[in-house]
Amino acid sequence: MTRQTVSGAMKRRYLKQHLFFGAVRLSAIILTLALGGILFYIIVNGIQVISWEFLTSPPTDSMTKGGIMPAILGTLYLTLGAITVALPLGVVAAIYLTEYAKQGRIVRAIRVGVNCLAGVPSVVFGLFGLGFFVVFLKFGSSILAGALTLGILILPTIIGASEEALKGVPQTFREASLALGVSKWLTIWKIVLPNALPGILTGSILGIGRAAGETAPIMFTAAAFFTAKLPGSIFDEVMALPYHVYVLATAGTHIEETRPIQFGTVLVLVALVLGIDLIAIIIRSYMRRKKRW
Amino acid sequence: MENDHFDTEIIKTKNVNFYYGAFKALTDITMNFEKRNVTALIGPSGCGKSTLLRLLNRMNDLIAGARVEGEVLFEGMNIYDPEVDPVEVRRRIGMVFQKPNPFPKSIFNNITYGPRLTGTANKSDLEALAEQSLKQAVLWDEVKDILGRSAMTLSGGQQQRLCIARALAMKPDILLMDEPTSALDPISTAKIEELIDELKKTYTIIIVTHNMQQAARISDKTGFFYIGKLIEYNATEKIFTNPDVKQTEDYITGRFG
Repeated sequence: MTRQTVSGAMKRRYLKQHLFFGAVRLSAIILTLALGGILFYIIVNGIQVISWEFLTSPPTDSMTKGGIMPAILGTLYLTLGAITVALPLGVVAAIYLTEYAKQGRIVRAIRVGVNCLAGVPSVVFGLFGLGFFVVFLKFGSSILAGALTLGILILPTIIGASEEALKGVPQTFREASLALGVSKWLTIWKIVLPNALPGILTGSILGIGRAAGETAPIMFTAAAFFTAKLPGSIFDEVMALPYHVYVLATAGTHIEETRPIQFGTVLVLVALVLGIDLIAIIIRSYMRRKKRW
Repeated sequence: MENDHFDTEIIKTKNVNFYYGAFKALTDITMNFEKRNVTALIGPSGCGKSTLLRLLNRMNDLIAGARVEGEVLFEGMNIYDPEVDPVEVRRRIGMVFQKPNPFPKSIFNNITYGPRLTGTANKSDLEALAEQSLKQAVLWDEVKDILGRSAMTLSGGQQQRLCIARALAMKPDILLMDEPTSALDPISTAKIEELIDELKKTYTIIIVTHNMQQAARISDKTGFFYIGKLIEYNATEKIFTNPDVKQTEDYITGRFG
């Protein structure tokens, strides 16, 4: 081999490497730009309508004026309801799958089922909620029915994250506790679960974000087109931010006129989700700092 | 074998076979362990000594596909009897592991974790128990002013003594130790060995070790295992000076293993 061919081959390899790195960098930039672009667009178009009044008063004049307070409250109720339903259920399911169930065909089948559930389009959950909670259980279109439907929607996310978190707790902790003559249940309750909590919270963060933003599942189960009255019980209908945007942008008679309100609503929704995420992230990092192994 | 001290025996295995799935890890083990003695289990990796140790407080129950045949009699009661609660067995027979495994809690909460969950609720009782256990594990002087600090901040050797204290806080009859010094430096190892010497006045200690000098230093009796069988079980002095079986001699002189 001559010197010439070696350096030629090297050059080609460097070129390939540069091309590859360039492509990787480019896709990262595109991703960031897309995200930044969306946020920028929402903020620029939405910020002008945001005011204390917008956040604290109900819509007026066929929803062309006024605020979105009922929708903010409705989304908060629905999201909190969904997480209240899904978090305990999901964590218990994950404990069963990782700590108790004999690892075998049945557990594998349950896992496949959970993963399939995660892939089901959200409108299907909406229809299921309509059929089961609204009609069959006679909850009517209500916070309860909507929260339950959203709860089922985010259940797979929470089960998956909880399972990962539980598996991440070192086996030596379980052994240490069991070897002291502490029962399996108390070992899980006192050692495994507290140490898995930061990971479980991460799953819940994702779940909360999804629950707050979904339109289809609440469309038939909880969301009202318009109600100035605030909900008095969990059997009342509510307005919700994503559905409000959908209504204003598609079904109203003043679609162009309400454009700023639509953007304002979207901005509030995004801020709300990020706010909830932020709280959870702070709690999680605080717990992480406390627990270290 | 010289196993005729029936008045002092505390736990014994009778014709025990042990399987991991289809793999037979222990074959026909019959062995008596005496009260307030240190018994060392030695042998090359995979010989079944750790398996036997974990069988004595039913820690092997945690392994899927594990199966025991024969009897393990603890004070005359078969701990594998279906009536027996393994949780109760583990309360009486404590265990210290190869790697120190304190909980990510404070030193105080590590010690009191077991007693608190098994009945002792009174705060001053717990404090007294923590002090007593830490003193027994010769850790008290080093940690008495930092009981609230995370156990994870201690050194490896301190962590291991903390784990011993944690086991002692349950007031067990027997302490099983699975290579308790293999992850420690020589100074920490020496401290633990001194500690074992002190503890055997009160407790029965069964220790698995890879370190033959350690077995010779600290144990009263030694059992040599090879491929799942108990090859020789004798007074430690005899094992290390004049073993009955050729294989034992080959192993302790370093000819294999």
